Amino acid sequence: MPGYNDPSFDTLALHAGAAPDPATGARAIPIHLSTSFVFESSDHAASLFNLERAGHVYSRISNPTNAVLEQRIAALEGGIGAITTASGQAALHLSVATLMGAGSHIVASTALYGGSHNLLHYTLSRFGIETTFVHPNDLDAWRAAVRPNTKLFFGETVGNPGLDVLDIPAVSAIAHEAGVPLLVDSTLTTPYLLKPFDLGADLVYHSATKFLSGHGTVIGGVVVDGGSFDWDKSGKFPELTQSYEGFHNMVFSEESTVGAFLLRARREGLRDFGACMSPHSAWLILQGIETLSLRMDRHMANTEKVVQFLASHPLVSRVGHPLMESHPSHARAEKLLRFGARGAGSVFSFDIQGSREQGKAFIEALKIFSHLANVGDCRSLVIHPASTTHFRMSDDALAHAGIGPGTIRLSIGLEDPADLVDDLKRALRAAEKAGA
Amino acid sequence: MKLTLKNSTGGSYDIYAYTGGKDFEVSKPTLVFIHGVLNDHSVWILQTRYFAHHGFNVLAVDLPGHGRSGGDAPASVEEAAQFIEALLDAVGVQQASLIGHSWGSLIALETAAHLKNRITHLALVGTAFPMKVSPALIEASLNNPTQALEMVNVFSRATLAAPPSALGPGTWVYGASMALGRRLLASNPHVNIFHRGFVACDSYSHGLEAMAEVSCPVLFLLGETDQMTPPRAAKSLIDQARASGKSFSVVKVPMGHHQMSEAPEETLNALKAFLNSQHIAQT
Repeated sequence: MPGYNDPSFDTLALHAGAAPDPATGARAIPIHLSTSFVFESSDHAASLFNLERAGHVYSRISNPTNAVLEQRIAALEGGIGAITTASGQAALHLSVATLMGAGSHIVASTALYGGSHNLLHYTLSRFGIETTFVHPNDLDAWRAAVRPNTKLFFGETVGNPGLDVLDIPAVSAIAHEAGVPLLVDSTLTTPYLLKPFDLGADLVYHSATKFLSGHGTVIGGVVVDGGSFDWDKSGKFPELTQSYEGFHNMVFSEESTVGAFLLRARREGLRDFGACMSPHSAWLILQGIETLSLRMDRHMANTEKVVQFLASHPLVSRVGHPLMESHPSHARAEKLLRFGARGAGSVFSFDIQGSREQGKAFIEALKIFSHLANVGDCRSLVIHPASTTHFRMSDDALAHAGIGPGTIRLSIGLEDPADLVDDLKRALRAAEKAGA
Repeated sequence: MKLTLKNSTGGSYDIYAYTGGKDFEVSKPTLVFIHGVLNDHSVWILQTRYFAHHGFNVLAVDLPGHGRSGGDAPASVEEAAQFIEALLDAVGVQQASLIGHSWGSLIALETAAHLKNRITHLALVGTAFPMKVSPALIEASLNNPTQALEMVNVFSRATLAAPPSALGPGTWVYGASMALGRRLLASNPHVNIFHRGFVACDSYSHGLEAMAEVSCPVLFLLGETDQMTPPRAAKSLIDQARASGKSFSVVKVPMGHHQMSEAPEETLNALKAFLNSQHIAQT
């Protein structure tokens, strides 16, 4: 939260973590494409390895360009620090692997990106970590799912695919009663639209591939620690509060009163799992963040116009954006998000009345929207789940997943909104003809 | 390490002191690190861990009533100095060096004045005398601690691009300070240690006399752009050190009030030069 003369969001987006390069005077952030960094002496080397001093050793663990991105996203989120990772999925895995091992349990929202669901439901269960999925709006279900071995609550700030807005204050309160932290995926909201730490979340991660980079050019992730969760008081995290033989017998929570999670995540997780970010990727994401607020404002404005158009079109039976008063999360979005329901993001779905064939016809008639599997690009994107990501499912199974044969997912970009509306209008005409 | 100390009413309380990842050995030279208002041992990590692995005992305390330490939070510099003396007695250390930051620098100064030859080196980091705190800040620390914490954080910081710091690269020192302050404030449900610490700084009046009584070399380690304790605010102590014939040095680092996290290398190097050269000279 901005404080007494604290730098504001747009200033931090341009300056946090970076100053002119002292060696060259370069004003832009240099890309440090170096795997390793020279030690001043044998003693300096030993001190760096033992965390007696801070500095860069090897780019799997840290890199000067990545460190700028880490400071910058931590500043924008109001956290204490961050770790960049190879992807958003790597950030989720790093978070989980730092906090628990076999025999542990997670309570997670059902409204998740498919990749996150796969990791929790299939992959982690193979490694002895179980997950109970609960509807994000069912607070009793969150509470009831807690077990003695529960280590983490997890949800998306704005859930996939229905844009359910997570009640972070209520869910985090239940998590804290259970002595566990709340981790949220804030990819679709970015720190510009929502500050999860201010609402009670403890850890935040992003697929930086999406709005943070904003140009569809790079894969990356980042996990941020709010420094709020008291690991010692919880007593459920010996990984952070007891001596760790795997790293100099360090007790991470003694080394850092507020940063034990980040210490272990970097010193064990990046070291051993190795899912680090390339410095070149970090630089591309930093370029994106410099214009984050400008882009998000335009994403929101364009989305509002597209939602208004679709809501008034006779072939459209449902628009799944919290801007609609009928949306189940409308009131919560108004309350929790920085810009109210406008700030629920620019990725949403809508339903065309009709068959799968009509859905396909709609997609194929679009000229500006790109048909692909991504969101958060500066270009507008579209996908028809029934014919792509979910094509093996029956109509009944699709309905259970909240997806109709005519459900279309859009990611609204930065083009002229009139052109986007024209493109959708033309495609809806094509869908209508396909059903005739 | 945990220690049990006696309080003034005959009871006892537990104290925590970080030892830098090494066991305490009474035969080694001992360095006592004393934190400032609403801080704890962890602000010294990038100095203490180094010294602990380079031939010194390190005792980076959580002052009573702060963080991991029990007991009553000291209400004055003098009371805190008595605690440091009790700590040294409890671990059986006859001589030690004291390194204090901000409020902790006044505690170190007062302790050194009282213990005289038991203190071999005195390092005052981000110091001032008098250490007056604005009435608005004292009032805010009592009635609106969050706002006061934000004020302190802004005044304490000098850069948006700190070098790799206490959590390594990727540490956002603004956020880390805010989180630590909130954690410390919550660590004592009985007393507002933020307000109590500021009042203790503001009301300390024995600084010049204390400096005259100090019998060891003194290092003034100041932040060039420090807005909490600007270098000029240390002038009276420096003048007194000079007037009373002390061996002293003044080192300025190009940072603000949190030298330890914003300029960890410069701070460590200054302390190394001071503590090592003097230590060698004495032996």
